[in-house]
Amino acid sequence: MITYIIRRILISIPVLFFIILSTFLLIHAIPGGPFDNVGERPMPPLVRERLENRYGLNKPLPEQFFLYVGNLLRGELGPLFSTPSRDVNDIVRETFPISIQLGLLSLILGFAIGIPAGIIAALRHNTPIDYTATFLAVLGVSVPNLVLGPLLILIFGVQLRWFDFPGWGAEYPFAFRFLPKYSEMFGPNAKFFELAIMPVFALGTAYSAGIARLTRAGLLEVLDSDYIRTAYAKGLKPSTVIIVHALKNSLIPVATIMGPLLAGAVTGSLITEQIFAINGMGRQFVASIGQREYFLLTSLTLLFAVLLILGNLMVDIIYAWLDPRIRYD
Amino acid sequence: MAVTLKVDEAKLEKGRSPAADAFREFRRNKIAVAGTVFIIFEILVALFAPFLTPYSFREQNTSAIYRKPMTGYDIVETRLERCHWAGTPLQWGCTVYLAGSDALGRDIWSRIVYGSRVSLSVAIVASAVSLILGIFMGVLSGYVGGWVDNLIMRTVDFLYAVPLLPLIILISVYFKALGRTGVQTGFAGFILRIDQASGGLFLVFAVIGVLNWIGLARLARGQVLSYKRKEFVEAAHAMGAGHSRIMFRHLLPNIIGTLLIAESLAIPGYIFLEAALSFIGLGVNPPTPSWGAMINEGYQGIRSNPYLVLVPGMALVLTTLAFNFMGDGLRDAFDPRQRGKH
Repeated sequence: MITYIIRRILISIPVLFFIILSTFLLIHAIPGGPFDNVGERPMPPLVRERLENRYGLNKPLPEQFFLYVGNLLRGELGPLFSTPSRDVNDIVRETFPISIQLGLLSLILGFAIGIPAGIIAALRHNTPIDYTATFLAVLGVSVPNLVLGPLLILIFGVQLRWFDFPGWGAEYPFAFRFLPKYSEMFGPNAKFFELAIMPVFALGTAYSAGIARLTRAGLLEVLDSDYIRTAYAKGLKPSTVIIVHALKNSLIPVATIMGPLLAGAVTGSLITEQIFAINGMGRQFVASIGQREYFLLTSLTLLFAVLLILGNLMVDIIYAWLDPRIRYD
Repeated sequence: MAVTLKVDEAKLEKGRSPAADAFREFRRNKIAVAGTVFIIFEILVALFAPFLTPYSFREQNTSAIYRKPMTGYDIVETRLERCHWAGTPLQWGCTVYLAGSDALGRDIWSRIVYGSRVSLSVAIVASAVSLILGIFMGVLSGYVGGWVDNLIMRTVDFLYAVPLLPLIILISVYFKALGRTGVQTGFAGFILRIDQASGGLFLVFAVIGVLNWIGLARLARGQVLSYKRKEFVEAAHAMGAGHSRIMFRHLLPNIIGTLLIAESLAIPGYIFLEAALSFIGLGVNPPTPSWGAMINEGYQGIRSNPYLVLVPGMALVLTTLAFNFMGDGLRDAFDPRQRGKH
């Protein structure tokens, strides 16, 4: 297993290199540069030349690329054109935790609602409870966060005024910016959760719906099998049979969609951040396209790719844990 | 002693083909049928859009902005009687904003109806592109094997690690910026002319389709691998059939059902993607109406005019709901293991 993980990480290095290369080429191929205009007017040629010289943009493209990769290896993500006092590292340090928090909280919500809902629907198979849960799950999959976000804002933000929006809490109740600190959960940082609840729901509903559908289908498949009948016959409590014996096997199909789910977390957070004006990586990405922030755009794409690769690796590990027949070597 | 078998021909049950079986199963699933009917209805609406819309989708009327739904009668004395009765609009052509009007005084209903063209064509074009690419790559990879298989599957692995939405965004930005520079020559100019003619649709669709073939390719490859050692393939070889004939005349018909069902479940994703791209302003070119772009336009004034978001949002949700119900129904109908489990 360890060798498998190490090999996967080693394989990821050329993949990441290709992602950097293609993003870099694509961004530089886009007509127009960062210093075309100053305000509404075109930038004077002399000033433009100086600025491009300063950021090394007039060097040949291959040289620029290898300089950038060299800087990346030293952990420097590059300068910002619009605000010279800050660089891409600052932006990433600021936005990365926010996006991770949003994504993780949504995934947690997805599992917290999806798995119980799937279990209940499977146990009450072909009853009104099952039909309602199934219908809600299809509905949840069909409502994009693009629609759900504004809807939540309209109902709970504007009409009922239950939760505040837009934005994201500045004080995170998390150690290392992502591990929850229990002492601060409900105290002074309740504000954080007030702001977070709507975006997390907008992003997490689709996850919970997808997870519920797969949990239900997986559990229905497993409940008929002999080993479950054996477990019942031994006189185990139904709750023990379901949670200890059935659930683990029925989660295998859930693990298979974890990959697309994580990709969706990247995609979805981009839109959700846009809707709720959350200053995460996705919003930063969209906002900096117009200014042709070459370094920021490439670095953010790279970060998204790293997250995706790590996520897929984690899925493989969970998969092997759930299904010991699977051996990676 | 001869045994005579008396067979009552009429009582013999006629054998049913698997497809007919699946169709029967599908018809029993009311909600899937409802979804299909809704999609057919929507396709008709999109086709006959000019007859169903009282206004053009681009016509601006600055004297009638932010009209609430079902308001905005043209109070001309001569037409008053014909146009409404106790506040209820009576016929097309009266200045009635069935679903309200937006910030520029454009009729929301007309934009919704024309917007269905965008969403449905992304569903058709993107899924056709990814279906063709995915099938071709997957069948080739599974059938030929060797270095071809390796190359295609490594490409698939690579694309799995690529964050698609940022990439799609960058590609759209690239073509939009290229369009503004007015390239007319060569391949880029050719693509851009098609794109302009379709209101910016072509590129969005192509990009979405081209980047989404990987899941299907994996599925097709797996299916081909499970079929290619079967006797009928060997028989085709013995009969002297060429490789491409075996791939596409013998293997493909066996696996196409599974692939079509998988693709039908991917369609809502394409519709979301187009809406998301248009939402951040990188989808279709204005004034071509897209539901995602309409949500974006209405979103700024959601407090005072929520219908500007709710109406396109509802259209989006109903469409994806219909596709999901149809896809689920198809999957259940064609997968005998699922029968009786829903």
